[in-house]
Amino acid sequence: MAVAISDMSAKLDPIVEKYRGKQGVAIPLLADVQNEVGYVAQDALKYVGVELGIPAAELFGVATFYAMFRFQPQGKHVVRLCRGTACHVQGSARIAEQLERTLGVKDGETTEDLMFTIAHVACLGCCSLAPVMMVDSSVHGRLTPEKAIEVLDELRKEGVSC
Amino acid sequence: MSKTTVTIGLASCGVASGGLPVAEEMEKLLSGREDVETKRVGCLGYCYMEPLVTVIRDGQTYVYGKVDVDVLHRIIDEHVDKNQIIKENLILSDDGGFPGSESARAAKQVRIVLRNSGLIDPQKISEYMARDGYKSLEKVVKTMSRDDVIKEVLDSGLRGRGGAGFPTGMKWRFARDSKCAEPNEANPNGTDKYMVCNADEGDPGAFMDRSVLESDPHSVIEGMAIGAYAVGASHGVIYCRAEYPMAIKHLNIALGQARIGGYLGKGIFGDPNFNFDIYVKEGAGAFVCGEETALIASIEGGRGMPRPRPPFPANSGVWKKPTNINNVETYANVPWIILNGAMAFSKYGIGRSRGTKVFALAGKINKGGLAEVPMGMSLREVIFDVAGGIENDRKFKAVQLGGPSGGCVPENLLDTPVDYESINATGAIMGSGGMVVMDEDTCVVDVARFFLAFVQKESCGKCPFCRIGTKRMLEILERITKGEGVMEDIDKLQNLAAQIKDGSLCGLGQTAPNPVQTTLRYFKDEYLAHIADKKCPAKVCGDLIRYSIDASRCVGCTKCAKACPVSAITGELKQPHSIDSALCVRCGLCKNNCPVSCISVE
Repeated sequence: MAVAISDMSAKLDPIVEKYRGKQGVAIPLLADVQNEVGYVAQDALKYVGVELGIPAAELFGVATFYAMFRFQPQGKHVVRLCRGTACHVQGSARIAEQLERTLGVKDGETTEDLMFTIAHVACLGCCSLAPVMMVDSSVHGRLTPEKAIEVLDELRKEGVSC
Repeated sequence: MSKTTVTIGLASCGVASGGLPVAEEMEKLLSGREDVETKRVGCLGYCYMEPLVTVIRDGQTYVYGKVDVDVLHRIIDEHVDKNQIIKENLILSDDGGFPGSESARAAKQVRIVLRNSGLIDPQKISEYMARDGYKSLEKVVKTMSRDDVIKEVLDSGLRGRGGAGFPTGMKWRFARDSKCAEPNEANPNGTDKYMVCNADEGDPGAFMDRSVLESDPHSVIEGMAIGAYAVGASHGVIYCRAEYPMAIKHLNIALGQARIGGYLGKGIFGDPNFNFDIYVKEGAGAFVCGEETALIASIEGGRGMPRPRPPFPANSGVWKKPTNINNVETYANVPWIILNGAMAFSKYGIGRSRGTKVFALAGKINKGGLAEVPMGMSLREVIFDVAGGIENDRKFKAVQLGGPSGGCVPENLLDTPVDYESINATGAIMGSGGMVVMDEDTCVVDVARFFLAFVQKESCGKCPFCRIGTKRMLEILERITKGEGVMEDIDKLQNLAAQIKDGSLCGLGQTAPNPVQTTLRYFKDEYLAHIADKKCPAKVCGDLIRYSIDASRCVGCTKCAKACPVSAITGELKQPHSIDSALCVRCGLCKNNCPVSCISVE
């Protein structure tokens, strides 16, 4: 997905200015780029790299090291399924399988209708409510495979009505 | 009658349990009343009872659990208005006549780190001040020398709560004595040192630090400032996981308030030589960044890859400046120690482990949540008395301590005390406090595979033994859980484990084999059952189990067939159904939905 240079400078110049001349900026810089563009787009990465004099390869190296950065546009809703220890012993693998069967996408992928992105995360820190998933910013605890799908169905309905 | 205070716990667990609508209703109903004030507080640790509402009146506290909007109405109508206690929902109180259902759990605890958690509004510095906030910082700046502070921390016996258990006072002394702290070209005043708080709580299954940061951020800030005074640091960094948005928000609010209050900034408490400020650095999701040299690399904006030590961070850390790194819980202990004295702290504990430890209790237990217990309490007491034992009356199998770097402790070692050395002797580690309890329905081979998959994914790739060795171990474990294991696999796992431990640079690699080694040590039978008998005794590993319907008991309700996501169940209405094992994906939905429990797993 290529973005026109003019669009890019309008979006990215404020970010570039924020970090110009500072040291150790790669992580917050990439986070800002991701917030602005929706994901770490290669063109955007090259653009800020040239502007700030940081090799794009170095930025790419940092971006791929950390779980937070994504390289594809994401769906309207991000479903973060907790795959931490407590959730694992409480059966989160069953929920992962059910999500995969129902939505047809695996960890890190987005449904074709751009409605849901599934992300497996290490721990959401709500272990006493395990198994847990976080849809956008709301946490759903004590899940079963059925309950997980109900949550997504509700969101789909809301999406249609508005 | 004095004013009544009604509080609601709204840390992450409280919100996830539906606390927000209750809070809004509470504020709607009680706002404008002269005789009542409402407060949003943090986490009390009774996560299994969330949402929690507390009524404080005439110096007495009553905590109610599982408060939905209906229970809230009753609390207001009956307790707030008519002073009648609602016994069914009361979990704790200091009223002798009504102790509440959770009083036994409370009695086992000593709250030092969690002294304010769940009692104060974490977004208001005035609440922290009212509970002796920043008095310790004032005390050290006005009455104690740097040596006095370090001595006090050393005498208390406080050791790193991140897991390794290094004496905190000694760490501070190294940072203070660091040669690089002598004025030089890069560091003209000799004061350019860093005080770092490791809040990259990456152990999947641990949430102590999240809770402290959400519920009582000032205690961590004050602990860091006291440390900064002792080592002579002027810069502070809190490296916090981005997955903890509420912790980051509360920290930033608290930092702003501390600056306005003069507890951070220039000339703190009138000492012209004491300048210290802190900023929050958000992690970007990498477990290895909990390792101190990787954390430093990440603060500097690069890939979080560990480097060899020496030089230790005390000599060359963030931007090559002397750096002291402690974890959240360690810092949160410090103000209490300064205020109450080293003796008050070291009176708790056994051997070389003094004070308390906060545990995040999770897994197959009745009472998940946070608990702070004195060091030396046995694991059995923690699991059965504090955490309420195993849920659904199942049998205890193992407790996992220390996450991916830790190990599984079996039943016959449950009398091991909570003490760094004793826990290390079992092959597990104290770790940061994650405690995941497993019952007979948990497969330890599957758990070992789970942790290996985790460290394999999180290995930074620098050391071949960690990068490739964990991959090979994972492949072997996957084979075993699929029923394709062979006897030699056990030796291979053990050899690889020893080599990865020897050949890795940082803590992640050196400890990565622990979950496999401890399960092999204590649960070898289960490995053998998978390999030799091709059976999973806990009935977890999908390739080794089969679901079937007992035709004589099946009533033909079709519920299982409707629930089956892959249409593997067939049968006419009111006729016995059957499962096609070739299609079955072993998800267990049919079993969950069967009203007559006629579906079994073999």
